[in-house]
Amino acid sequence: MTLDRPKKKNPQIRTRVPTLPPGARSRAALGMAVMAAQGKFALQHCDECGAVQYPPREACAACLSSALSWKGTEPYGKLLAETRIQASPDPYFRERLPWRMGSVRLEAGPVVLAHLVGVGRGDRVKMELRLDRAGQGVMVARPVERSEDMEDDPVLRAMGTHPKHRRILISDATQPVARPLIDALMAAGADHVFAGIPEMWRRPPGMAAVEGLENVSLVPLDVTDQQGLKDAASEIGGKVDILINTARHIRPGGVMGHDTTAARDEMEVNALGLMRLAQAFGPAMAGRTADGVNASAALITILSAHALSPDPAFGAFNASQAAARSVVQTLRAEFAGAGLRVMAVYTGPTDDEWHQPLPPPKVAPKALARAIVEGLQLGHEEVFCGDVARDLAERWQQNPALLEREITGGGA
Amino acid sequence: MSILEQLSMALAGDELEVVDLTHALDPDFPVMVLPPEFGQCARFRMEEVSAYDHRGPAWKWHNLTLNEHTGTHFDAPIHWVSGRDWPNGAVDEIPAEHLIGPVCVIDCSAGATLDDDFELTPAIIEAWERAHGEIPAGAWVLMRTDWSRRKGAEYLNMAEDGPHSPGPTPDAIRLLLSRDIRGFGTECVGTDAGQGAHYDPPYPAHFLLHGAGKYGLQCLCNLDRLPPTGAVLIAPPLKIRGGTGSPLRVLALVPKG
Amino acid sequence: MSTPYDGVVLTCPITVPYVRYSNETAHWWIARALRGALQAADLSPRDIDGLSVSSFTLFPDTPVGLTQHLGLSLRYLDTIPMGGASGVVAARRAARAVQAGDVDIVACVAGDANRIDSFRNLLSAFSRFSLDASYPYGFGGPNATFALIMDAYMAEYGATRDDFGRIAVAQRANALRNPQALMKKPLTLEAYLNARMISDPVGLFDCVMSCAGSEAFLVMREDEAIRRNLPFARLRGSIEAHNAFPDDPVQLRGGWARDIDALYYQAGCGPADIDLLQTYDDYPVISMMQIEDLGFCDKGDAAAFVRDHDLTIDGDFPHNTSGGQLSAGQAGAAGGYLGFVEAIRQVTGQAGPTQVADARLAMVSGFGMVNYDRGVCSAVGILEGVE
Repeated sequence: MTLDRPKKKNPQIRTRVPTLPPGARSRAALGMAVMAAQGKFALQHCDECGAVQYPPREACAACLSSALSWKGTEPYGKLLAETRIQASPDPYFRERLPWRMGSVRLEAGPVVLAHLVGVGRGDRVKMELRLDRAGQGVMVARPVERSEDMEDDPVLRAMGTHPKHRRILISDATQPVARPLIDALMAAGADHVFAGIPEMWRRPPGMAAVEGLENVSLVPLDVTDQQGLKDAASEIGGKVDILINTARHIRPGGVMGHDTTAARDEMEVNALGLMRLAQAFGPAMAGRTADGVNASAALITILSAHALSPDPAFGAFNASQAAARSVVQTLRAEFAGAGLRVMAVYTGPTDDEWHQPLPPPKVAPKALARAIVEGLQLGHEEVFCGDVARDLAERWQQNPALLEREITGGGA
Repeated sequence: MSILEQLSMALAGDELEVVDLTHALDPDFPVMVLPPEFGQCARFRMEEVSAYDHRGPAWKWHNLTLNEHTGTHFDAPIHWVSGRDWPNGAVDEIPAEHLIGPVCVIDCSAGATLDDDFELTPAIIEAWERAHGEIPAGAWVLMRTDWSRRKGAEYLNMAEDGPHSPGPTPDAIRLLLSRDIRGFGTECVGTDAGQGAHYDPPYPAHFLLHGAGKYGLQCLCNLDRLPPTGAVLIAPPLKIRGGTGSPLRVLALVPKG
Repeated sequence: MSTPYDGVVLTCPITVPYVRYSNETAHWWIARALRGALQAADLSPRDIDGLSVSSFTLFPDTPVGLTQHLGLSLRYLDTIPMGGASGVVAARRAARAVQAGDVDIVACVAGDANRIDSFRNLLSAFSRFSLDASYPYGFGGPNATFALIMDAYMAEYGATRDDFGRIAVAQRANALRNPQALMKKPLTLEAYLNARMISDPVGLFDCVMSCAGSEAFLVMREDEAIRRNLPFARLRGSIEAHNAFPDDPVQLRGGWARDIDALYYQAGCGPADIDLLQTYDDYPVISMMQIEDLGFCDKGDAAAFVRDHDLTIDGDFPHNTSGGQLSAGQAGAAGGYLGFVEAIRQVTGQAGPTQVADARLAMVSGFGMVNYDRGVCSAVGILEGVE
């Protein structure tokens, strides 16, 4: 089952209004979205007796302990029963019938209801926690071995953000990540890339690397220029399915010993620029999340992992990253109603001129590009690229206050 | 008839025309590009505050962001280190009478068309004086290159060794200072040549002019519509306290015919 | 073993005719059923001192609100939120309270409204586990849940759609004799098999039709019923179970199986003595499970059982004589009373056109509340009519 490239749109047919799958969840069940956002398969485990729980709950069904923690869980099970739903009172599923789901006995214990992708009763299946169009974590049962066109399955396509057949805008294609990103997107089946070029009139450094590529068009775009963004959005906004914000202004330095000029530029590009991009392109994207094969799907921005907790050597820049992260969180809420995914890709120090004096490990543009595309393919919402980012995120999740001390207080 | 009544008549009739020497401020108008580790000149940015809508039902207006040296702009003496101590060297302190005055235009367009690094030399100035008389004290001197017809990248004309655009040699500026000019203006992004860093002193127009309390004008246009002498320049910068320069509207009164 | 329900009887069975869609509220439907039961006993609202209510659509009220709303002054007020198990459970609890002297007369009532779109609204807030772990997967509601159960049952025991069809077809035949049943057209096995699929292997005629309606009966001391000259039934025995086999990965048996031997012991009878069976038939597969778990055949043999028996009113195994929910309609929580009220009518000789000849002992089983992947509540009662 391979997804065909969509035909040109019939302009006489109304664009389908986006609907969402049921999105209401208990507080405990929101933990599934947290795990799905990071591509982890985790369930509640009892801290006292170890029993694995599902559906999410408040007390252990084996010993009544309230100490339940989300922990990585063996993602395998057996498909006990399956059905093809052919009638539903829910508008979202009605538009997508038939819909396959089934019940899976996990090897870890519980029975879960799950979306089915390419598996049948009796099969040993691998489970994934994925984000659905409502932004909630849902169970997917799929073959133990991932197949190449698995993401073409209508169940995954409906919830996913895979670049295949989609048209992608890269906000600043003069950044080092742009060329490898374009290559990776094309390899993943992207239809077209709009490469945004700030101050295109002056042929900025980096522009040459993305010129003359097949199915790539250069677009004058500067995230600090509201009117220019409006102009670009009125030209290509209706075709942008995925928007990847690569615009980034970075200068070394903390808060003291600098004035706010560089910091302002950082805020302008990194935080306000993201806002302007979302304001210019978001509304059209939000209206097209149900627009067939190349429906709009996601808005991605690259953040420093130090958005979570600053490195004082890049203090002003990190302030802009923390601001941008906050913008991401708000956008996530604002686009949730349209089913538009807002994804943050956190990176450690990148291998570029601004981190030149820093020792490795540093994130190569190619690795960053790969992380972005993989996150899109798997529909993640929070991607941590590179060892530094993963390590920071883990420590931040464990104890943000301690992480601050470790970074700023001479933690050995 | 008083002299101002005569001026009004001349403006209303067909004796004088007003020539606009100013580029429109827009986000893509080139500004000076410095090495990335330096603070950068802010590009012109305009954000809508309201447009007869829920943000303000009956009015439209914008907030602007820009540098003092963005677009067609004025350089005050305190812009350069050499002029830092010059009395009345900030835009708000400049006497109003300095903002209107006679203007001499030296046409270097033929040379600049052939050579991106065309230099304004004392010899060219002296030749001009032989044709049009000595530059009077208190006059603006504008170097016409027709560079303003270039757009975007061609205007900045960046190469790996930096920008290439016409400008004055240090001796040319010294000669102009000996005439006690009011200021010097160009069509390029700066009063100095693109490669002006390699002169001694570097950036002689900035260094010498401002060191002598003179003014600069850059990013001018329509210089081809001015006569070599006989026009009057009106160039008042915004009254920014302590400002080192300012975007402005530069007008010239030019006899017709 | 449980004490018998001596001296307590069930009487005045009332079914308020069902309507597919109605603008009336649950309060209206409950009031009508209650009034019918009281009129049958010649009682006024102030004469009863007990009320047991089952309803999904009373919000924002609970049965507490109904006391003032309906002008009742009570010693006993119960709410049985057990869906399809509500009828049996309401009766057995009321019977104990009357037997113990806590209350004299308990009116047991179930009813629900059904406005257009109210089914979807009911589904979307049915239970927390459904919300978290069931509805996001295609929102097939109970149809999808029971499709999984049916799929697993068919795979495990080799039952076919033909077998399930026999149950539906027999019930439709029964319904055609019940003037109040919503389904008025005969159903053939062919039509059952050819109907559109709702959630494979659940087809259109495996599903009940939601509607508005209400049901009621009274529980009182036997001497009170005799004094009022009311036909009555005794509760010979009853059991209930909740989340009975939590470790079964798929529900292939219900809670009935756990204590069925104790039930027959309490009632002093066996499966062979039962004259008619009212199962909870939200889907034929559940009726099949009940036939097995209630001891009428071995586990897994229900398909053969329904092939070998005639399940109609005049057949050798009268089953869901009013047409059941599949053909009479499912009026929300009243669906949990449908079989119980019909059973009282049957054993007291008041069933009219659906009357089974010489019906004396009836078994009623209930099943309710898909909290996540299975029905959680189950209950069984054995009723005996008294001449």
